Amino acid sequence: MSLPTRPAPAGRVRSFINRLRTGDEVAHLITLLFATSIFLVTALLVFELYDNSALPRHKFGWAFFVTQTWDPVFENFGALPFIYGTVVTSALALLIAVPLGVGAAIFLAELAPRPISDALTFIIELLAAVPTVIFGLIGMFVLVPFMRVYVEPFLKATLGFLPLFKGPLYGIGFLTAGVLLGIIVIPFIVSVSREVLLAVPVDQREAALALGATKWEATWKVVVPFARTGIFGSIFLSMARALGETMAVTMVIGNVPKIATSLFAPGYSIAAIIANEFSEATGDLYVQSLVELGLVLFLLTILLNGLARLMIVATAKRGTSQE
Amino acid sequence: MKRNTLSLRLFLGVTLAALVVGLTLRPKPSLTAPAPSPDRLQISGAGATFPYPIYSKWFDEYHKLHSDIEINYQSIGSGGGIRQLLSGTVDFGASDGPMTDEQLGQAKTKVLHFPTVLGAVVPTVNIPGVTAELNFTPEALAGIFLGKITKWNDPALTGPNPKVKLPAEDIVVVHRSDGSGTTYIWTDYLSKVSDEWKTKVGKNTSVNWPVGLGSKGNEGVTGQVKETPNSIGYVELIYAVQNKLPYGRVKNSSGAFVKADLDAVTAAAAGAAKNMPDDFRVSITNAPGRTAYPISSFTWLLIPAKIDDAAKRKVITDFLQWMMTKGQAYCNDLSYAQLPKPVVTKELKAISQIQ
Repeated sequence: MSLPTRPAPAGRVRSFINRLRTGDEVAHLITLLFATSIFLVTALLVFELYDNSALPRHKFGWAFFVTQTWDPVFENFGALPFIYGTVVTSALALLIAVPLGVGAAIFLAELAPRPISDALTFIIELLAAVPTVIFGLIGMFVLVPFMRVYVEPFLKATLGFLPLFKGPLYGIGFLTAGVLLGIIVIPFIVSVSREVLLAVPVDQREAALALGATKWEATWKVVVPFARTGIFGSIFLSMARALGETMAVTMVIGNVPKIATSLFAPGYSIAAIIANEFSEATGDLYVQSLVELGLVLFLLTILLNGLARLMIVATAKRGTSQE
Repeated sequence: MKRNTLSLRLFLGVTLAALVVGLTLRPKPSLTAPAPSPDRLQISGAGATFPYPIYSKWFDEYHKLHSDIEINYQSIGSGGGIRQLLSGTVDFGASDGPMTDEQLGQAKTKVLHFPTVLGAVVPTVNIPGVTAELNFTPEALAGIFLGKITKWNDPALTGPNPKVKLPAEDIVVVHRSDGSGTTYIWTDYLSKVSDEWKTKVGKNTSVNWPVGLGSKGNEGVTGQVKETPNSIGYVELIYAVQNKLPYGRVKNSSGAFVKADLDAVTAAAAGAAKNMPDDFRVSITNAPGRTAYPISSFTWLLIPAKIDDAAKRKVITDFLQWMMTKGQAYCNDLSYAQLPKPVVTKELKAISQIQ
């Protein structure tokens, strides 16, 4: 019905061809295609995870999220110990990596002479390229004995009155996994944060200095708040890596699906159990429960990322960031 | 005008994207091995990792004898092997545990089990100050892994080891965290010797462990045991032999404490051979016989009873025949225990079931 009111199609096509010739439209199409493919890959991933976890979703329902048992023999599966382990180890990792990483980035970007800064950054970027299974091996043979013999007895002796630092000392467990994850993600925080800090315009610093600020005041009160969004970006990236890290975690976490308040206790993470059990899993319910764990990890990542973004928005007014 | 080009752009973009997705979703057939050239027959299998060294040796030697035949084997794990066989993406599967009745029911054609070699699982311990080989009763092993025996100086452990001074320390249990045939054999044995284990934990490639720490792979368990004082774990016999790990003796059903070696494992299979069912799906843990090591098991090739491709059928039956006769000679070099004679005879007869 509305056809006659439309402009003549010939005109549209000609203008489209014109634009095609100038190249604009081609660039639009290609980049649009790339952007759409990212969306489609994500959608496909979620669809496959959802579609291939139908059995446990129907059998366990929402109870899957709060059940603490993981029993392949009697086919009773729950995700809670794995969610707990994933969140606790990632939180520990960020607790360690954020102050260290941001501090190192500030030094490299603002205080260190440029040649030293570049050399150190090169080493940090090398560190970021090391496969995590290597970190896992180092964790198993160096970090675990170190934690068991020195760090954990010290924590037990000084802070042992807290429920966080009780129980037998195996060397493996939540604490060691958190520390190892922290070491793994530090290079990402340092590398990205340094770039962001270096990108802060010089006049921002000069203005602060001209107002009588010391070098540290200019850095901490002007440069860092200016680069705040980028620094948070590096932290998100690290959080996503920590949540999904598999090999290194499974080598030091203890692989026991139990929830314990003590950080010395062994635990389990979502990525670790999928890697451990998927290849030998038989029986549809068992395999599909592992797939549903993958879906849970995806949801967890979205949830935590969303919360982190909310935190930025909520604190945006305080800073001077250009958010 | 702007809106029109936008919608056109969107339309074209989505069409192209859909095309890309369509193309990426389709190539399932091309995921299998590259198209075989007419003069070369390719057969693919997948499954258990435990027998992978001997399987790859066999397929390699067989290829040397028949240069026109290539057998590709992917060691993706028993569970994966069974799944791929059921979905028909491989010509044969391999598993460390026999398929369950439920799994056999899902198969489109009947699946035959052929035992190939034998493996065993041994307990390995690390107690500072103790170097003697420990004797373990089935009750002691089940008690430790159930979390009921928690100290090394428990009477269940000091009783069979009168000459060893065991400390009053807590036992740290280490088990496999990855799904594994080793765990299947270990838990199958514990299920046979302990009713409590059978009802509370059961047998599988992964179980809900009552106690202990999980480590990945034989090397992970070994590393964890070495790193943790007063710990006990279990590893494959071959791994323990090749890495010269100390391991304990286990009391068999005849009451003798047996140290695992290849002969003791073959003896276990011979003990079980008398009651071998026709489909070869048998557990030989806790087998009878004075010299039999009780934590032993077959590993199986899973072959469809009906193979439509005549050329493939001929190769598979010929390979099975070769593997059970000449092929067994390669076992000892790679530390696998050979099949006992009566089992080989029975299997050779069963090959004719492949149609």
